[in-house]
Amino acid sequence: MATPTTVTTGAAPVGGHSILRMLAWIVPIAVLLVIAPWVIDPFQTLTLTYGLVAAIGALGFNLLLGYTGLLSFGHSAFFGGGAYTVAFMVKYFKIASMELFLAGSMLSSAIVSLLFGFVCVRYTRIFFGILTLALSQVLWSLAFKFFWVTGGTDGLRVPTPSLLGMAPSSDKMEFLAHNYYYYVLAIFAIAVVLMWVIVHSPFGKALQAIRDNETRAEFIGIRIRRYRLIAFIISGIFTGVAGALWAPLNGLASPDVLVWTFSGEIVFMTVLGGFRNFVGPIVGAIAFTYLKTYAVGFTVYWQLLLGVVLVALVLALPNGIMGAVEQVIAKMKRPGPSSRDGALT
Amino acid sequence: MGTIAVHILNALLYSSVLFLIAGGLSLIYGVMRIVNLAHGNIYAIGAFVTAWAIGLAVAADWPNAVMFVLLPVGAFAAAAVGAVIEVTFLRPIYKRPGDEYQLLMTFGLLMILEDLIRLIWGPNPLTATSIYATLGSLSIADARYPTYNVLIIIIGAVAALFLWAFIYRTKFGVLLRATSQDKRMASALGINVNRIYVQAFTLGCFMAGLGGAIVVPSQSAVLGMGVDALVLSFIVVVIGGLGSLEGALAGALIVGVVRETGITLFPEIELAVLYLIAAVVLLVRPAGIFGRA
Amino acid sequence: MSLLETRAVAKSFGENRAVDNVDFKVNAGEVLALIGSNGAGKTTLVNLVSGLLRPDSGEILFEGREVTQQTSYERIKSGIARSFQLVNLFDQLTCGDNIALSIFSREGKTGDLAKLAHRDRAVWDEAHDVLRQFGLDSKAGIAAGTISHGERKLLDVAIAYALRPKLLFLDEPTSGVSTREKAPIMDIVSAIVRSGGITIVIIEHDMDIVFRYSERIVVMHQGSVLADGTPDEIRHNDEVTTTLIGEHASPAAAGDAGHA
Repeated sequence: MATPTTVTTGAAPVGGHSILRMLAWIVPIAVLLVIAPWVIDPFQTLTLTYGLVAAIGALGFNLLLGYTGLLSFGHSAFFGGGAYTVAFMVKYFKIASMELFLAGSMLSSAIVSLLFGFVCVRYTRIFFGILTLALSQVLWSLAFKFFWVTGGTDGLRVPTPSLLGMAPSSDKMEFLAHNYYYYVLAIFAIAVVLMWVIVHSPFGKALQAIRDNETRAEFIGIRIRRYRLIAFIISGIFTGVAGALWAPLNGLASPDVLVWTFSGEIVFMTVLGGFRNFVGPIVGAIAFTYLKTYAVGFTVYWQLLLGVVLVALVLALPNGIMGAVEQVIAKMKRPGPSSRDGALT
Repeated sequence: MGTIAVHILNALLYSSVLFLIAGGLSLIYGVMRIVNLAHGNIYAIGAFVTAWAIGLAVAADWPNAVMFVLLPVGAFAAAAVGAVIEVTFLRPIYKRPGDEYQLLMTFGLLMILEDLIRLIWGPNPLTATSIYATLGSLSIADARYPTYNVLIIIIGAVAALFLWAFIYRTKFGVLLRATSQDKRMASALGINVNRIYVQAFTLGCFMAGLGGAIVVPSQSAVLGMGVDALVLSFIVVVIGGLGSLEGALAGALIVGVVRETGITLFPEIELAVLYLIAAVVLLVRPAGIFGRA
Repeated sequence: MSLLETRAVAKSFGENRAVDNVDFKVNAGEVLALIGSNGAGKTTLVNLVSGLLRPDSGEILFEGREVTQQTSYERIKSGIARSFQLVNLFDQLTCGDNIALSIFSREGKTGDLAKLAHRDRAVWDEAHDVLRQFGLDSKAGIAAGTISHGERKLLDVAIAYALRPKLLFLDEPTSGVSTREKAPIMDIVSAIVRSGGITIVIIEHDMDIVFRYSERIVVMHQGSVLADGTPDEIRHNDEVTTTLIGEHASPAAAGDAGHA
């Protein structure tokens, strides 16, 4: 039943040598990320920052999809929720500290995901998907209905915040492309490590068991609903943090990040990178961010393009970019006939 | 007295259209276990194609009465789109384990259809009000009610009857039900499951397209109507149960009545009341009124 | 006091009385075979006892306590486990992970999200031990979805076994496996579970296996218990033979045939 590709991150290789192998490619990438602002121009750095923010959101999203088997079409509720939490904190409480913004968004995301999750995790995958879509649409329509609170279509302004107590410099671009970039990079690193530990923990294994075989998981004593709910909440918090980081970058919290099409972008970037892979969502998010930045200038029919690529991915490249990479690596390790042999019985 | 009748008719009107959309969704799911996220946009295609065809007829100065013949055009277009979708995009992924790919694929199709509609017909709404006005209005007690709306209700009821007969009284209906209960067994008995699938999918899309086609004279065809319809039909099947026509009918009636009551008494929170009911049903009887757990 | 007891348990699916007023007892430490033709109600009975289904009426007692309304989760925690006729594995996880999960669950560790799973040496050592006992040691790092059918049947039992239950239901552990592979599988299974002091109930259609490995046989037919006794008693029970004839080779002949 499983595809004959290499075993995905469900199997944690025992022993320390795998960590060394990972460091072999993590270190160069980390170095590149650290020196980026000194090497590329500010606009590029900003794009990269957007990419890292999206990656945090996608990482959270994929805890549900790749590891728990739940496809949510409503993650815009968390991303947008995080962004609007920041905007509200600015508008109504005159707060300007990024740390407080993050704390506030984590709290609001936890509450929203607890409420949404409580209803959604009782259902099988199809219902789950549509329920998340419907619930996030409710949130979006609320943002319009109560326009005097949320700024309606105009949205709410979000000025640059202070980072670790240091007020932003007057050169906004420079601040964003340097200080803010490193701040986001640090949080990105923390998010990656946290998520990595979570998915490789006994809890993470239990989630994958629920994904692979709900009945059996129940019959070895795993509480399906409870674990799904916890995964939902963690996922919501990660994506909420991403939204909070996005708001000052964008300067504005607007309904575009609450609408279902935005949820679709989160789904798309994760599938693009490969949802059966830990790194997939990160790769997909950054790739997607660059794609969008350069392609939006070309066509108004951006959604059509996304849809076509998504359909093509599902048909031809179901495991995304990282899935293709893994297959190539596997073929290189084993020269000879194609890797079909594992599929028998 | 007249106003109550009007309210009842409004509720039935809404239910009629919802039944067609949700019924199509439920039928497809019942036979194929596929939830088509693009289903709302199939309804939208029905609306846009019909509005467009009638627009052409108006420009060519056709007599109003003849334009009625054009009404079902949208339904057939929707059915054609459905057939293409099933064969080209859904068939390759039936064998994949899990539901993710089905959802991802239909979501991709949703995005494609949404923008295709915009590409073909532009960002502005299309109307077909001339037909609407043609039939004038009926007198009910002390109130007047658009005759066209009554036509919609009748079409909805006829469709429900026809479908019921089709599924429970014809040979095709037997094949349909057999396949939906046990695909492997049906195949072992010599039933061409692939053919049943495309037929069922096409029928479901026809229903949704018909809903769009008949409703467009009374409201316009606007961008975004697809997703709105999807969310509403989801509420219908949550309440009534996914996979059965009775469920779609019961759910559509309930939603229609609740919405009409809500709009009249508390216009602000109409949608919220619907979501609330759906939430309650989910908590109390997750399979819906007529659903199988 | 028997380990497990059902009293007048019944379950219907529409018109079909799948389990009809069944009194069923399992004594601690025994190896019991549950046989009967298809539709006799064996799997339904196991589904009722393991918690997959709730009975329409009657009671189920485990270790003297009533468990009729308990969820399957609670029953697992009490010590009931089962394997599945249609293999139920975590296909994308490795065989090692499949077993380790049972152990993590048993030890209440599945809630840990701050520790790395592979760091828990005790769990992994035990998982490897179990795999070794079932002859699956070489497959520890391989995805469960890619091993052979016979190996999957073994893994299915191993997952339940790793829970160290008090009562283990094996639902057709050798179905779909070639005749040649059946006896070795059953040998492994019975040796292992017996050494663990686990009480076993096996649902089986293969009469050779039934008569060779069980100490007591319960025969079901159309939802009720038809006979209950030692293999010898059942073998010579005419009612059983006439009811089951045509489904299997005559038990007497099978029992006397020599096995390699």
